Amino acid sequence: MADRSGTRSGDDLRAFTILAAMWIRVSWTYRTSFLVMTAASLVITGIDFVAILVMFSNVDQLGGFGLGQIAFLYGATALCLGIGDLVVGNVERLGRHVRLGTFDAMMVRPVGVFAQVCANEFALRRLGRIAQGTAVLLWSLTVADIAWDPARVAMLGSMVACGTAIFVGLFVLGAAFQFVSSDASEVANAFTYGGNTMTQYPLTIYPTEVVKALTFLVPVAFVNWYPALFILDFPDPFGLPGWLRFAAPVAAVVVCSLAALAWRAGVRRYRSTGS
Amino acid sequence: MLYVAVALSSFRRYSTYTAATLAGIFTNSVFGVIISFSYIAVWKQNPSAGGYDVTDALTYCWLAQAMIMTVAVWNGGTTDDVAERIRTGDVAIDLYRPVSFLGWFLAGDLGRAAYHLLTRGVAPTVIGALLFDLRFPDHPATYLAFLVSVGLGVVVSFGIRMLVATSAFWLLDQSGMLALSAVFAMFFSGLAVPLVLFPEPFRSLVLALPWAAYMQVPIDIWLGQRHGTAVLTGLAFQAAWSAVLLLCCAALLRFADRKVVVHGG
Repeated sequence: MADRSGTRSGDDLRAFTILAAMWIRVSWTYRTSFLVMTAASLVITGIDFVAILVMFSNVDQLGGFGLGQIAFLYGATALCLGIGDLVVGNVERLGRHVRLGTFDAMMVRPVGVFAQVCANEFALRRLGRIAQGTAVLLWSLTVADIAWDPARVAMLGSMVACGTAIFVGLFVLGAAFQFVSSDASEVANAFTYGGNTMTQYPLTIYPTEVVKALTFLVPVAFVNWYPALFILDFPDPFGLPGWLRFAAPVAAVVVCSLAALAWRAGVRRYRSTGS
Repeated sequence: MLYVAVALSSFRRYSTYTAATLAGIFTNSVFGVIISFSYIAVWKQNPSAGGYDVTDALTYCWLAQAMIMTVAVWNGGTTDDVAERIRTGDVAIDLYRPVSFLGWFLAGDLGRAAYHLLTRGVAPTVIGALLFDLRFPDHPATYLAFLVSVGLGVVVSFGIRMLVATSAFWLLDQSGMLALSAVFAMFFSGLAVPLVLFPEPFRSLVLALPWAAYMQVPIDIWLGQRHGTAVLTGLAFQAAWSAVLLLCCAALLRFADRKVVVHGG
């Protein structure tokens, strides 16, 4: 079968936009449900943060970090996951498309199959998570006592861009795994949402081996931890090299490249369900 | 027994998805590890937070991960079938069956819960016990009380999920209500953070809400935080919410039965 994952990216982007706009109109048909779900998405992600506030009603610091600094870590990772989830989060439904045979239908259409999977049932309600993460991040900037300079502002922008790219890569890697096992979509959650939950806390609460794994194996530490060490001006508590705090773009490129390779390999070896 | 047969076939239905079960156990365990470290950090700062010690807290963390699917914190179970059948109109068939509507779906949900308890309940608990130092009851009666409490937790959860599902009679699409109820369940069940950590007066409030029956009551029985008569009051609390919620479901269904015209009829 011809590899349709390699159509021109301009076409794919256009197709993605058209399909996403269509799904936004669809969700607007069940209006009450859409509004309630957007509100719920805002609240459900906010609840993580309320849980942290509840913890802080019992303690005044966690792993050497105060509430303002943890709010920074939390807001950063929530924002990055939120954008990634909005754009490509629906790839996690690949297994269902394979089971129902809708993936075969996508493959015969003259549009990149990746754009179609991502845009399918595009859920604008996920703006709720983005709004919530942004709110916490902005609040943390006012309380975390940061010595702003141009380098730190640039790092803030780079953190959001690279962090989003890392989560995008993880979503796609998880989806590519579903070419191997179409029922195992939950494995990906351990890396995407699990990575998000892990990075909500300062990595000082984990053992050193875990932090090394989060740096070199599943590089979610680059989403917010290393940029935060630079922006908040913390020395690395694990004594890892100082250049790591500038290495987020490298991590993002590596993860996204691996994800692209895995996706292409998955599409190429896909042989339909055979039924 | 009809209801036993329904429960058994529901058990078998869920047991066919082995890969999904294994994937779920993996994910629950990863989250168990993450949350364990955050609890260790909290209890290192405040060794008696919420009246727990760090062993209690870690046990709480792993039991909570083990119970997510059994008590269906994030919805699912036979009530999802109900909502879908309301949307498609198939619910008309269910309402005309010569058996209790609630009994039929409750039996199915208990069968599902039994399967999830044996797989996604036992496996994370074992993994947690291998990785961390957890507390296990020394008395067999405690295990028995825990199992009864989990069963009642499933019934309370079923009552809430069924109320959400029947909202589809009016909204057609239950997904909004579903997301909202998942928010409440996740927070007020104590999955996000143990309810005992809440500052007063919120602590007393959340411990009185039906969601406290999902995890907090069974886990407190397991930990021995509730012993003697406190076990019985815990079970009575769960039984009372079960009764109230099932009665609400029955009333709502009777109302829907009378007022709503089945779609496409």
